[in-house]
Amino acid sequence: MSPVMFDLLLDALWETLTMVGVSTVLSALLGIPLGVMLVVTDRGHILERPLLNRVVGAIVNAARSTPFIILLVAIIPLTRLIVGTSIGTAAAIVPLTIAAIPFVARLAEASLREVDPGLIEAAQAMGATPKQIILKVLVPESWPGIIAGMTITVVSLISYSAMAGAVGGGGLGDLGIRYGYQRFQPEVMAVVVVILIVLVQGFQSLGDILARRLNKRQIGKSGP
Amino acid sequence: MIEIQDVSKRFRGSAGETEVLKGVSLSIRAGEIFGIIGRSGAGKSTLVRCINLLERPTSGKVLVNGRDITGLSVTELRKARQGIGMIFQLFNLLSSRTVFENVAFPLELAGYSKADIKATVEPLLDLVGLADKRDAYPAQLSGGQKQRVGIARALASKPSVLLCDEATSALDPETTKSILALLQDINAKLGLTIVLITHEMQVIKEICHRVAVLDQGRVVEQGPVFDIFTAPRTEITRSFVRDLVDRELPAGLQARMSAQTDGNPVLRIIFTGPSANSPVISDVVRRFAVSMNILQAHVDYIQGAPYGNIVVEAQGAEADIQAVTDYIRGIDLRVEVLGHVPGHV
Repeated sequence: MSPVMFDLLLDALWETLTMVGVSTVLSALLGIPLGVMLVVTDRGHILERPLLNRVVGAIVNAARSTPFIILLVAIIPLTRLIVGTSIGTAAAIVPLTIAAIPFVARLAEASLREVDPGLIEAAQAMGATPKQIILKVLVPESWPGIIAGMTITVVSLISYSAMAGAVGGGGLGDLGIRYGYQRFQPEVMAVVVVILIVLVQGFQSLGDILARRLNKRQIGKSGP
Repeated sequence: MIEIQDVSKRFRGSAGETEVLKGVSLSIRAGEIFGIIGRSGAGKSTLVRCINLLERPTSGKVLVNGRDITGLSVTELRKARQGIGMIFQLFNLLSSRTVFENVAFPLELAGYSKADIKATVEPLLDLVGLADKRDAYPAQLSGGQKQRVGIARALASKPSVLLCDEATSALDPETTKSILALLQDINAKLGLTIVLITHEMQVIKEICHRVAVLDQGRVVEQGPVFDIFTAPRTEITRSFVRDLVDRELPAGLQARMSAQTDGNPVLRIIFTGPSANSPVISDVVRRFAVSMNILQAHVDYIQGAPYGNIVVEAQGAEADIQAVTDYIRGIDLRVEVLGHVPGHV
């Protein structure tokens, strides 16, 4: 491989990592609280607000059912408003984040719902406030599940970032399409795919290790 | 201490309203172990949750330490709940926290400093015998150890009341005994009022001072454990007592007794009260010209007092046997003639 191609690959890898990294962090910061909200405002839960719950749930579903490629172009005005341009790596982060937020929210919601209601009851019996129940019971108890959900999010974002790349965001997917497909250099396509496979494998393993380390539910079981 | 006054609870479900508690009134004294027994669905879980308002009564009042907790504001209620500890059937420990951190949890909620938490938690771990497990996670503990953590956690905020929601139902008999012994110990050492609900007679018999029998949302009987179980007045209570003291006569004996109107009388002597410890059978045999053939005997201890019944076949002249029953009644024991079996002669 030529040194020029190597540099191109390195730049593309960096762009992909930037897009995925920033949108993962942002979607976690916004999506996890949204997931918490979807759980605690549900009927019979600690901050029951059925109407709010239904409205937010509907918005989340709508965002999730919009195909990413459509979302990408549909929010171009918003992207311009936030980053000043609709082209480039920074601009790609906006649609990636917006697509990932409801995804993270639903995954977090699923983990949070698995927390034994008995734990919430016990905390209430000790005089815990709703805020304490969220921060000291719900979230810590569902961390392993949330981490597993974030791993899935990272993997999905890597794949979405290729699509965002195609509309001017750069990154590995963009490189693969431009050189491998449009300029008939299949070896570039192959290298890109291999790098993506390694990336996905790496993040998945990292996530699994982290989730396992945080999961204290199944360590060294002894008899009753 | 705890006054439950005419508490009713209705739940609205898909099949309309169901009334789980129907005008329950109970008065629980400071420092006692009060048991509430009932079959599943009797409403006992709901009733115990009315004491810390995890369930809010539809009507009625609940007074804890003289204060009506149903009238408290949200903040006041949180404060009041810190004075009422609770342990659960399935322990409800936080899986992501160690033993130490679980016991520290209620103190963290109440905003204690790290030093205060350490000073409170460590003696509690000693009290429940888990000092060596302080850094273990719940998944590494046995059921009995988990309940000990639950007890330590419930005691951390120095409550005056401990509510036990089927606290031993998920444990084997041996572990149940050790947990009950711990509760009894805590009751004696700390003067803590304990309210426990259970469907197991054994638990009530072992540690409760007084008991209420709950059936279909109503208290059908209440009083000192010994009185309730030696003289049950309702069918539901009798069925609980049967779990404990099997009063059915053996089938073979019943067959021999049926259709007999004469022969040797079969007597049941019931031991309760102050004379329960006296050697009645040997006394009777020495004093009167009768011999006693023991057919069935069962002696148990409820709250340390012996309670039992012995079924005997009395052999002797009719007048002597009459004198024997008079003698037994004379020392305040109960005796009843169950029937007759054919004599051996």
